[in-house]
Amino acid sequence: MSIFEYNGSALIAMVGKNCFAIASDRRLGVQLQTIATDFQKIYKVHDKLFLGLSGLATDAQTLYQRLVFRHKLYQLREERDMKPETFANLVSSILYEKRFGPYFCQPVIAGLGDEDKPFICTMDSIGAKELAKDFVVAGTASESLYGACESMFKPDMEPEELFETISQALLSSVDRDCLSGWGGHVYVVTSTEIRERILKGRMD
Amino acid sequence: MECVFGLVGDGFAIVAADTSAVHSILVHKSNEDKIMVLDSHKLVAASGEPGDRVQFTEYIQKNVALYQFRNGIPLTTPAAANFTRGELATALRKNPYSVNILLAGYDKEIGPSLYFIDYIATLHKVDKGAFGYGSYFSLSIMDRHYHSGMSLEEAIGLVDKCIMEIRSRLVVAPPNFVIKIVDKDGAREYAWRESLKDVSVTSA
Repeated sequence: MSIFEYNGSALIAMVGKNCFAIASDRRLGVQLQTIATDFQKIYKVHDKLFLGLSGLATDAQTLYQRLVFRHKLYQLREERDMKPETFANLVSSILYEKRFGPYFCQPVIAGLGDEDKPFICTMDSIGAKELAKDFVVAGTASESLYGACESMFKPDMEPEELFETISQALLSSVDRDCLSGWGGHVYVVTSTEIRERILKGRMD
Repeated sequence: MECVFGLVGDGFAIVAADTSAVHSILVHKSNEDKIMVLDSHKLVAASGEPGDRVQFTEYIQKNVALYQFRNGIPLTTPAAANFTRGELATALRKNPYSVNILLAGYDKEIGPSLYFIDYIATLHKVDKGAFGYGSYFSLSIMDRHYHSGMSLEEAIGLVDKCIMEIRSRLVVAPPNFVIKIVDKDGAREYAWRESLKDVSVTSA
């Protein structure tokens, strides 16, 4: 079994009209044993930038701590928040620093850039960026997430419809994956507000 | 084989561990205390490679004490847990310690808490947690009978249920267990559950 599948995870980010949504499952497992069902996989970097980390949980925690540190240094030096594109480049270079002994994580970055233009992107564990206009997925449930997103996604959705779509895509996908699930965590972000919701899912 | 588990109750946290020192098929000792009293209000229950376990838990204990001497204030339980994770995570990519840790503590502001830290340095705050072969039984028993805000009597009853289940269903069940508790009055040994006393060998 791959080290990426040790803890189990499911992550999605979707773009809507002047908004975006990012969602994850809540399971923390060790192979087939479930340790907790309230594990955080999505982190807020600032009000308009979110980071999801799938893969090995320990590396996700280490990586998050390093990224927060770098972002705080940036804020102090520049007196402003990072743009999503800049942050994606930072994540990419931090991952590539460990080219021959990588962090076993696949990050998902979602944010609002200049004039609140949504930006989403994912990466492999050594920092190769993959930009998308519609949605990105990551984690052990990624195959089923691709299918669900492919059939449910529509361009230019309003925040409420986007929430419904991303939640349905997440919940239907994790039911086909043994290593993720046990509820969901959804953020819908517009230029004025962050709406955070906890989803109840199948608890088996 | 190794069984370490713990839970959080109303105003206290309890951890229990088996007390067998095993090497391949031999039991060397059945009164080995695997729960360290980290400082006045913290307990560290550890399982894993015996050498690493003793070395690492003592290292954490001494560094937490050093922090207290230098700064005049003790580390809170979450701070100690994050410090432990940090040390384990740095070691992970050099020469890893194979120790799994349940860290229980009591803080005046926070109340009782329990942290799950595995040997690859995944940190998570839990209400109930377990490691080792015993976890297959104790986690199920705790899932069934645990509820938030358990009284001391209820919690001890649950710990005894877990021990009984391990003794009756696990082939390689250890004979003896130690139970420790931490609450507002500090960390201390609560009881032993012994089915086998160490007999002293009569001198030749």
